[in-house]
Amino acid sequence: MEPKFRIPLGDWVEVGLDWLTSTFDAFFVFIRSVFVGAYDGLDWLLTAPPYWAVILVFAAIAWWVSGWKLGVGTALSFLVIVGVNQWSNAMDTLALVVIATVVAVAVSIPLGIWAASSNRASGVIKPILDFMQTMPAMVYLIPALVMFRVGVVPGIIATIIFSMAPGVRFTELGIRGVDKEVVEAGHAFGSSPGKILGQIQLPLARPTIMAGVNQVIMLSLSMVVIAGMVGAGGLGGDVVASLSRIDAGLGFEAGIAVVILAIFLDRVTASFGANTTGGRSKSA
Amino acid sequence: MNESTRNDAQKHDAATEKVDKAGGTLSDSAADDSVALSVKNVYKVFGKRPAEVVKRLKTGTKREDLSALGTAAVIDASFDVKKGEIFVVMGLSGSGKSTLIRTLNGLWAPTEGSVVIGGTDISKISDKELRRVRQQKISMVFQHFALMPHRTVIENAAYALEVQGVAKAERLARAEKILSLVGLEGWGEKYPGELSGGMQQRVGLARALSAETDILLMDEAFSALDPLIRREMQEQLVLLQSELDKTIVFITHDLNEAMFLGDRIAVMRDGEIVQIGTPDEILTQPANDYVAQFVQDVDRTRVLTAGGVMEPPLAVVNLSGGPRNALRTMRDQQVSAAFVVDRRGMFHGVVRDRDVMALVEKHGTDLVSAVRNGIDPVSPETSLNDLFGRAVESPIPLPVVDDAGRLVGALPRVTLLAALGNVPSTTSEFPVVEVAVAPIPEQLVTAALAKTEGEA
Repeated sequence: MEPKFRIPLGDWVEVGLDWLTSTFDAFFVFIRSVFVGAYDGLDWLLTAPPYWAVILVFAAIAWWVSGWKLGVGTALSFLVIVGVNQWSNAMDTLALVVIATVVAVAVSIPLGIWAASSNRASGVIKPILDFMQTMPAMVYLIPALVMFRVGVVPGIIATIIFSMAPGVRFTELGIRGVDKEVVEAGHAFGSSPGKILGQIQLPLARPTIMAGVNQVIMLSLSMVVIAGMVGAGGLGGDVVASLSRIDAGLGFEAGIAVVILAIFLDRVTASFGANTTGGRSKSA
Repeated sequence: MNESTRNDAQKHDAATEKVDKAGGTLSDSAADDSVALSVKNVYKVFGKRPAEVVKRLKTGTKREDLSALGTAAVIDASFDVKKGEIFVVMGLSGSGKSTLIRTLNGLWAPTEGSVVIGGTDISKISDKELRRVRQQKISMVFQHFALMPHRTVIENAAYALEVQGVAKAERLARAEKILSLVGLEGWGEKYPGELSGGMQQRVGLARALSAETDILLMDEAFSALDPLIRREMQEQLVLLQSELDKTIVFITHDLNEAMFLGDRIAVMRDGEIVQIGTPDEILTQPANDYVAQFVQDVDRTRVLTAGGVMEPPLAVVNLSGGPRNALRTMRDQQVSAAFVVDRRGMFHGVVRDRDVMALVEKHGTDLVSAVRNGIDPVSPETSLNDLFGRAVESPIPLPVVDDAGRLVGALPRVTLLAALGNVPSTTSEFPVVEVAVAPIPEQLVTAALAKTEGEA
C-alpha cells in the first residue's frame, strides 16, 4: 500500500545537488585538479622507481619508527605484494589513502580542537559525525561522482568524509582528557590560550590524537574497495573486477595486498603515538 | 629561627590590627602600603543564573534553597592579605576554598565583588592585562603539582620565565638557581615522572618562585604528600618565606597545617568565611560551634605559645626597692618566691623568702646578693610543646622574657594545663607560688620586718 504522504527528500537532495554543481562548477573543477595533481604526483613517486627501492624506503621507515623486526617484516610482506602482481595497484591505493588521510587529519584535528574548547561546538559536531559515519559509505559516492566525475577524486572525497570522524573524536577526547590542573597552570602563569594549546594540550593529547589518526588511516583503507567502484583504480578496482567476474583468486590477491598495507600503516602510525612518553623533545 | 621571625610578623600584625580597631576608619587609608591582596565582597556562583543567586543571597536566602538556580561556591568573602604574610584559607572539601583561591588570580572571574592586586581590580581588566598580572604579580602552586610531563624538570621550573619572554639561556640559569634553592640541585635533566611526589612539588614550588612574583597562591599544595614529606615541605616553605619575603595565600583542609603555617587563618564553611584570626585566636576564641568543633582535634601544644597563654607576673619585686620591700611584697602576696626586675623592667632572676628574710635579719640593704639566676627565662614565641619538661623541673613558674630582656609574664604549671583544655584561666587564682616549699608563715615575716623597722 502506498503511504498517505511522501516526503520528497530525494527530490530536494537532487535539486540541491544540481544547484551546487551548476553554481560552484568552477570550484569543483579546481578541487578536482588539485586532488588529481596531488594524487598523480604521489603515485608517480611511488611507482616510477623500481619496486625494490620503494620497499627499501618503507622498510627503513618501519625500522626507524619501531625496530628491525617491523623493518624486516615490512620488506618481506611487500615482496609478497610484488609476488602476487599487485605492486602497482597497491601503490595507487597507498597514494589515495595517504592523500585522503592527510586531508582528513588536516580537517579533523582543528575540528576536534574546536569541539574540545566549546561544549556548544561539540554538541553540533557530534551528530554530524554520527551522520557521516553511519550513512552507508557508498551513498557519498553518488554526489561525489556528480561533482567530480568518474576517477580517483570522488574516491578520495568519499574516503575523506567517511574516515574523518575518529580524527575529530579522538582529538576532542585527547584534549579534554589533558590534566585540568596542568592547563590551569598554563593560565595561572599568564600564558595565552594559543600557547597553552601548542605547549600543553596538544603535546599531552598526542598519544590519543595519534590513535585517532591511526583509525583514520584504517577507515581510509577500508574505503578503497568502495572507491574502486567509481573508477579510482588500485586494489579496489581489482576487487570490484573480481567480484563482477566471480574471480576468487584475483579477489584474494588484491585483498591480501590491502591487509599488508593496513598492517604496515597501522604499526608505523601506532609507534608514532607511543614513543612520546619517553625522553623526547628538548624544545622549550 | 624561622619560627621566631614569623611570629614577629604575627605580633606585628596583631598590633596593627589593634590600631586599626582603635582608629576606626584607619584601615582603608593604611591599606595601600601594607596590603598585597584585597578581596571585597566576592561572590562566585556556578550555574544557570548566577546574578539572580547573588541577589537572593544578599537578601538572606540560604544557599541550599537556591540550588536550582546555581551553586554558590563563594559567598561574600572579604579579607586583606598583608605583605609578607602567610594567609591560610582552611575548610573542608566543598567549602569553596579552591574556588576562592582561583578568583584571586582570575582563573575564575568572581560573579560579584572585587579582587585588588597592587591597586588593580583584576575582575575588571582585559584578558591580556590579566595575563600580565599573572606573569608579574601572582603565581600558583597546585595540589597535584600540574607539571608538564613532556618537559624536563628545569624546563618546568623555567616555564613561568618562558611565558614572561625571558631568553632561553637566562631563564635556564635562573631556574637552575631556584632549583638548588628548593633542594633539587642536579635534577634538572630528569622528567617529572622520574621524581617522587615531594620532589615534584618542589619543582612546582620552583616554577612559582622563579616567576619572582610577590604573591604566591598555594592550592592544597602539600595535601597529596606523605605526612613526613609534608612536614618537611611546610618547614621549608616557612624558611623560604622568611628568606624571600613572599606573600602567601595557602589553601588547606588540614587544621594542623593551617596552624603551623598561618600568620592568620580564614576558616571557610559552605562558601562563607566564618572566622579570620591568628592561630591563637582561632584556637582560644572560636567564633562559633563549627570552628570550635573543628579546632578541638588540634595539637594545641604546637600552636599555642608561651606569649599567648602566659599570666601577668604577680609577685614581682624591684631590684632597687631593697630586701625589706621585697619581703613585704612576698608576704602580702603570700608567696615564697618572686621575680626580680630593675626599673626598666629587665628580668634579673628570682628571690626566695628565706634568703630575703635572712638578708633582712642581717640588716642587708642590697637585694642583689639574694637573687638566684638558676632559672632560664623562656621567650614568648616558644611553643608550649617545648615547655612541659622545663615546667616540671622548675620549682617556680617559668618567667617569660621578651627579646629585649624584659619580664612580660609568668607561666605556672596550672596555666599550661588550662591552656591544653582551653579552660579560661583566671589569673588572680594562680599566684606565683613555689610549689615544693610553702611560704614562711606570715607572722614570722612580719616579726622580722618589725624587728628591723626603720632600716631601708
